Amino acid sequence: MNMENQSATADPQLQQFIEIESQKQRFQQLVHQMTEVCWEKCMDKPGPKQDSRTEICFVNCVERFIDTSQFILNRLEQTQRSKGSFSESMSE
Amino acid sequence: MDGFGSDFSLGAGSGKMDTGTIMEQVKVQIAVANAQELLQRMTDKCFKKCIGKPGGTLDNSEQKCIFMFMDRYMDAWNTVSRAYNSRLQRERARI
Repeated sequence: MNMENQSATADPQLQQFIEIESQKQRFQQLVHQMTEVCWEKCMDKPGPKQDSRTEICFVNCVERFIDTSQFILNRLEQTQRSKGSFSESMSE
Repeated sequence: MDGFGSDFSLGAGSGKMDTGTIMEQVKVQIAVANAQELLQRMTDKCFKKCIGKPGGTLDNSEQKCIFMFMDRYMDAWNTVSRAYNSRLQRERARI
């Protein structure tokens, strides 16, 4: 029996599983992170139940957080393209 | 069938069935890790907001506060999870 076939990376089912679970984990991590960040921004005084104003704040917070990260990514890509080197643009 | 040594102890044998077992075990471990993360962050937030100067025990008002905070934190977590999921769906629909 070929021992190579026993390794995890050669098994397509396992490979796909790893990819899917990794993606799910990235999602979960971001939810943890955004919940913490948005809690600071949206929770002034916790009440007996979550009111709609707070819920709207959380939803907005998530959207703006993702907008921010996309904005930063785009800007960095732009600066990198026009300047040609990352370190150059950072020293501005 | 156990002749491959400890490196391949998970993969050796009937192949498909072991892969399934591995996947299930990994899923469980991931779920546990996520629960721990949630617990840790929730405890941190609750403690900061509910416990003033630490006394000899948790008094009634502190306990009530903790329970309330836990519920609010779970609500927040679920709201964030839903909102993030919708956003991802929207982004995918655009591509």
